[in-house]
Amino acid sequence: MEVSITINGTERTVDVEPRRLLVDVIRENFGLTGTHIGCDTTSCGVCTVLLDGTPVKSCTMFGVQADGREITTVEGLKHAGELDPIQVAFKEMHGLQCGFCTPAMMLVGKALLEENPAPSEDDVRWAISGNLCRCTGYVNIVKSIQHAGELMADRATADA
Amino acid sequence: MYPRSFDYLVAHSKEEALDLLSERGSDVKILAGGQSLIPMMKLRFANPGTLLDINRIPDMDGITRDNGHITVQALARHADIVRSDVIRNGNAAMASAAPWIADPIVRNLGTLCGSIAHHDPEGDWASVLLATGADVVVEAKPGTEYSHPGADGAHAVGGERVIPIENFLVDMFATALHPTEMVTEIRVPTYARGGGDYQKLERKIGDYATVGVATHFELDDNDTITKAGVALTSVYAHNLKVTEAESLLVGNTPSTELFAEAAQIAKNACDPTDDVRGSAAYKRDVVRVFTERGLAASLEVARG
Repeated sequence: MEVSITINGTERTVDVEPRRLLVDVIRENFGLTGTHIGCDTTSCGVCTVLLDGTPVKSCTMFGVQADGREITTVEGLKHAGELDPIQVAFKEMHGLQCGFCTPAMMLVGKALLEENPAPSEDDVRWAISGNLCRCTGYVNIVKSIQHAGELMADRATADA
Repeated sequence: MYPRSFDYLVAHSKEEALDLLSERGSDVKILAGGQSLIPMMKLRFANPGTLLDINRIPDMDGITRDNGHITVQALARHADIVRSDVIRNGNAAMASAAPWIADPIVRNLGTLCGSIAHHDPEGDWASVLLATGADVVVEAKPGTEYSHPGADGAHAVGGERVIPIENFLVDMFATALHPTEMVTEIRVPTYARGGGDYQKLERKIGDYATVGVATHFELDDNDTITKAGVALTSVYAHNLKVTEAESLLVGNTPSTELFAEAAQIAKNACDPTDDVRGSAAYKRDVVRVFTERGLAASLEVARG
């Protein structure tokens, strides 16, 4: 079945079996391996991508469901050669250890900041409660997401 | 993990979905949020020949307050329920339960109607609906004749059926839904003065409840309970409506003693098993404690 998906701003058409999972369309058909497969059972959240801006677990959605829709993966965060504030924040606050959960954590953090630009620690912990970090490094992940909010606010002030 | 091959059909209107259901019947599974169905398909517990995607149907994700009830349509996501002012102001038990459904990412896709149609025996929503006295609205293509469970094998003509939740839930993963029907909405009664609550103990976010307790009651101007609901999750073969506790509450004035007695009845009514989440004795006691707490929290809501 032929489907068109806008992936990180570029529309791409692929011919896929309906049962092909979205995560495999992203990794195998599009060659974007920043989206990871962890548990494959909707539990760990490492396959999280943004579907029209909303975090979804791409192991629990078929690629055909994304026909005509926009997907953002970690590869789509960088703009014009510059890291997104969420990426800068994860780097500065040491928000990643092994890096496996990081792409999903950044996307979930970004979606949270869209709704709530200055989240409390509690807000962040609730928002990432569907994402597991096997290094158990949540403290710095939480700090990173809050720091990204500050960076975005600074940038907005500088632009104003 | 991959499911078996299936035909993937997309419905663009409710009528188109009902047409396809009347043609293909039991071969079809409806794909709404897919957050329970897709994992089941990946494990090959569910092997539908046809997957009917209803996500493209417009205007079917409403949460509205109508004549005496809240209507939650088929494509309203758990996350929509969490954010809904209609729910927050109209049904306290639902508002309390919504943030405890699955995890935040799953809530972005999963739906209330889907989870009720799926009827996982350890699902949280069914307890909330049993406690609040909700109805499930199902529809088939008009003119479709079929016999449906719970009607003594009698034939009914397609169209709309409004089924009380306790009749809709037949047994684990089994409902009164006929293969040519789809759940189009859930109706939850509203009330002039009342409160509700959902208490959930879980090992981690996204896990099934170790114990869940939904409570709900309504009060008249003299502070007498006119309607009450108590339902339990994960401590019986399916969600358990504790009618004996409900009858005790109705006609009485809320008090610590009354709530303690109702909680004791709930504790005696449940039949949990020993498992990795805890011993049966422990869960029984959590049922008692949660029922008391839930009723106290419901009272707080009711008294504003």
